[in-house]
Formats: sequence, structure tokens, C-alpha cells
Amino acid sequence: MIAFVLRRLLQAVVVMLVVALIAFLMFKFVGDPVAQMVGQETTIAEREALRERLGLNDPIIAQFARYVADVAQADFGLSFRTSQPVDTMLAERLPATLELAIVAALYALVVGIPMGVYTGLYPNTALSRLFQAISLAGISLPTFFVGILLILLFGVVLGWLPTFGRGETVQVGWWSTGLLTVSGLKSLILPAFTLGMFQLTLIMRLVRSEMLEVLRTDYIKFARARGLTNRSVHFGHALKNTLVPVITITGLQLGSIIAFAIITEAVFQWPGMGLLFLQAIQFVDIPVMSTYLILISFFFVVINLIVDLLYYAVDPRLRIDRTAISSAAG
Amino acid sequence: MATIDTKIDADVPAVAHEPPAPPSPLREFWERFSENRGALIGMWVIVVITVLAVFADVVAPHSPTQQFAQFQLLPPAWQEGGQLSFFLGTDPVGRDILSRLIHGARFSLFIGLVVVTLSLIVGVALGLFAGFFKGVVDNLIMRTVDIMMALPSLLLALAVVAILGPSLVNAMIAIAIVVLPQYIRITRAAVLAEMTKEYVTASRIAGASVFRLMFINILPNAMAPLIVQATLGFSTAILDAAALGFLGLGAQPPTPEWGTMLADAREFIRRAWWVMTFPGLAILITVLAFNLMGDGLRDALDPRLKK
Repeated sequence: MIAFVLRRLLQAVVVMLVVALIAFLMFKFVGDPVAQMVGQETTIAEREALRERLGLNDPIIAQFARYVADVAQADFGLSFRTSQPVDTMLAERLPATLELAIVAALYALVVGIPMGVYTGLYPNTALSRLFQAISLAGISLPTFFVGILLILLFGVVLGWLPTFGRGETVQVGWWSTGLLTVSGLKSLILPAFTLGMFQLTLIMRLVRSEMLEVLRTDYIKFARARGLTNRSVHFGHALKNTLVPVITITGLQLGSIIAFAIITEAVFQWPGMGLLFLQAIQFVDIPVMSTYLILISFFFVVINLIVDLLYYAVDPRLRIDRTAISSAAG
Repeated sequence: MATIDTKIDADVPAVAHEPPAPPSPLREFWERFSENRGALIGMWVIVVITVLAVFADVVAPHSPTQQFAQFQLLPPAWQEGGQLSFFLGTDPVGRDILSRLIHGARFSLFIGLVVVTLSLIVGVALGLFAGFFKGVVDNLIMRTVDIMMALPSLLLALAVVAILGPSLVNAMIAIAIVVLPQYIRITRAAVLAEMTKEYVTASRIAGASVFRLMFINILPNAMAPLIVQATLGFSTAILDAAALGFLGLGAQPPTPEWGTMLADAREFIRRAWWVMTFPGLAILITVLAFNLMGDGLRDALDPRLKK
């Protein structure tokens, strides 16, 4: 168990180092930081002195090591554009993105699992075919197009829901939440629906194929032979055994949702980190870009790690296999 | 389709006196493929789009960039105020939307083709190397794949575009890099599975070179999943390129790329629904067609995967 955890931790650290390298490369290859900092009249000698002071003449390895050390201490530097510390800029935007992502993930789960169970149990009914068609359209529709259509329908034609921004927010400590006001909740509906759409179809398809698989197994036949009710067979035996892969995929998808929120945030002008990142790309604001990259990757890697450990805890077969292998090896 | 069937049927009586020959693999494949109505529809839609894209200069009623100043934001022909010569209406600067969509098909298919070809060639090569020369090479390639798969694909693509700068070419490179792991894994898995088979050992003992083993013996066994992956890869590439274009990181205006057109049209949503709806529909139809055909190919080429 400890060896497994350590190996996964090591893997996570390597991934983060690679991400830091990509972020570092951005600083190296996109624009010249000295040119960004000095005015027109600065002499070449002064520029050279500045380079020396900033450590830009050190070997690349030393610069990278210093960058990693800074990042590990959560020192991300100042934005080129606003001269504010990057970490406060991102921290202000973090609640918006996380609230959107979590609500979207919950919505995808709560709607996707029942749809998947239904299409798995009754694959040939008209409703199942409808769900299947919806899911095929769901993976073929660009997120931004769904979002724009929703804006057109609910915002422009019907005028029921706001189409941009977060509405009114309430400050809870440093966390600004839109979940406590009516306008905040109304503003959340369209973006969350848009963002969760793809994950919903993914979860539905996954639950469906897992259900079809499990329903063919002997222990389901045996449970039926014992005269158990349909309800008990379907939910107690079948659904329960499909949940391990569902939990895994959903966990992994949460990281993707946070990353894919960029597109949804662009469509709905949602004031989250993704929108900040897009603006940063336009203004070549590299500290913001690289910090966003590192932060989102960090979320993703941590979620991956937790899911892997959960998986290990939930599925006893993994543990038995490992001990069997290690004892066989020893 | 009908002509193919009758031609084959006509051949059968000529050899009828001999024991019936097994159907040719191609025919068997076609029979299984054409059972699937969705896959057939997808295939024909792709054929139509390809023809439109190839002959865009002839088919499109107008130039995709010509601005008709007197016809700005003209609604589609069936709406009041619409004109038949601008069937799907015009955009805010008076360009014909239908013509732009037809020319946009070129970009989308071209993006799909370049991304799939690039990732297929590099992915297959790396997968073969990893599977053949186990040890250090394998470890190096597969650990890199692990790292790439440990990050959200969109984030990786955005990082690549951010480093290279926003343009259509860089967007294609970014997408090709992001989808590489899938091809590497499919190829490597096939190599590892086939290497243990006896015919490979026999071929090796007979003195076959490494390249012969790789490309003549083993690669054909990985063709089915690779073809399926490549077909589905088209839809991923088109979707991702449209998303990058929409974010302003792919094709730049005034390129008639569908995602870029959608992004341009956003501000006119309240006045002119047609400007953004038709590029979106074009993406949907194309991607849906590739997904349907990919599913059909998977069922036809590899019945084991059929759900």
C-alpha cells in the first residue's frame, strides 16, 4: 500500500515538474521580459545590467531550478499587464470557476446516471433510443455552439435567464459565492448546463455500457433465480457494481471540466480563471498564463491522485492482486 | 451501391459449379458496414461535404470574402427580406454565408486530414519503436505518454498554442500533439500482442528484417483499431480546431473557418440569428457524420468491440 502511494506521488511530482517546464518555456520563448519592463530610452548596457540582476544570464538549468523553487513557495510574480500579484488575481477568480465546475459536474452525474441506467435496462424502448440520439448529438456538438443556442433561446427569445456574468455575489470570507442570491443562481443555470452537457453524455454512455455488461454476468442470473425483486437486482447488484468505473471517470472528468470551463466562460463572459487566461493570451501576459497552467494542472493531478487512492480503497481486488504479486515476487 | 451488388451477383453463377468461395474480405466488410444505416448516412454526408469542399470555387455562388455593402445582414431566403441569391443570408459586412460555409468545409476537412495524418504517422512510428525496442526506448516513450495523458487535452493544446502563437497552423500542430498518445498506445498494444505469436517467431527465424517484421507482419494487425481511431480523430480535430478558432487562438478572421465565423457572429446574436446558427450546424453535421461512420467502421472491422 505504502509503495503504491509513494509511486503515485512520485509520478504526480514528475508530471508537475514537466508542467513547470512548459510554463518556464513560455517565459523563455514568448517575448522578452526585459523589453517588457524597460522604456525605449534604456541603453543596451542598462538592459544588460538588468538581465544580470534578474538572473537571465544564468545557465538555463539554474533559472529553471529558481523558477521551480519560486512556484513551490507560491511566488508567481507580478502580472505584466496590471502589475498585481498573479496569485491574488487568480484567487479572486477561483470561486467563480470552481462553483461553475462543481455544479456542472453534479448536474452531469444526477442526470447522466439515471439516463444511463434506464438505457442499460431497457435498451430497445423509444425513450432509450431518444436518449441515445441525444448522447450522440451531445458528443458531436461544440460546447460553444450549445452555449450560444441556449443564449439565443432563453436569453434573447424567451428572456427568462441572464446570458452573461455571475449576477450578484455574496462575500463569505475571501470566497465570493453566487449560490446565495437569486440572480447568482439564475446566472449559473445556462453556463452549468452548457459545461455539463458533454460530461453528461459521457457518463450516460459509460453507465449504459457497464450496465449491459454487468447484466450479462452469472451473479445477476443467480440473483434473479433467487427470486429477488427487479429493484433489488437492478440497483443492489447491477448498479452498485458499475459505480467503481463511474466514480473513476467522474473524478477524472472534474479536472477536465475545470479546464474546459475556459470555453464556457468565454461564451457567457463568466468572470472565472479561464476568461482571465484568455485575456492573458491576448496581452501576452506570461506570468498569468503560466500560473494558470500550473494551477489547473495541479488541480488535475491532485484529483487524479485522490481518485487512484479511492479506487484502491474501494476495489478490494486491486489490493489482493498487489499483495499476491508482491508475495509471489518475495 | 446497387451497381456493386449486381456486379458481384453476376460473378457468382460463373463459379457456381465449384464449391462456394469465401466472400472477399472487402465484400464481407462492406456487407457488415452497410448493415448500419447511421454509418451509411454518415459516409454519404462526408462524400457530399468532400465534393463541396473540393469544388468550392465552382459550387459556391459568391466569393467567400467579397463584401456586398448594400446587402449587410440579409436574412435567409425563406424569411421576409431575404434574397434567393444569398440563400442563407449575409453576415454583418455583407459576405454570403452559404459561400463562406462551403469554403469553410475546405478548412475543416483539411484540418482533419493534416491532424490525422500527422498524428497517425508519428504515433504509429513511436508505438512501433516502443513495442519493438523494449527497455529504455519503451520507458521513455510510454512515460511521456503517461504525462501527456495526465493533463487535460484542451489545456495541453492551449499551452502549445500559447507558446507557438495563435494561428491555424499552430492550432493544427497543437491538436496533433494532443491526440498522439492514443495512436501510440494502440500501435504498441498491437505490437506487444503480436510479438508473442508463432508466425512472427517463424518470420524472424526465416531472417526477416526488423522493418519487414514491423510493417509487413505486425502493423496490418493494428490497422482496424487505427482506422477507427483515425476516423473518430477527424471529428475530434474538427471540433477542437473550431473551439480554438472560437477562442481566437486558431484560424484568424477573415478566414472562413467555421469556429472563427461563430466567434465573429456572437455580438449579432440579438439581431441576426442566422449568422451564428449556420456555422454551428455545419460543424454539428460534419462531426456527427464522422462519429457515425467511425462507430460503423468499428462494428464492421472489429466485431469484438461491438456493444
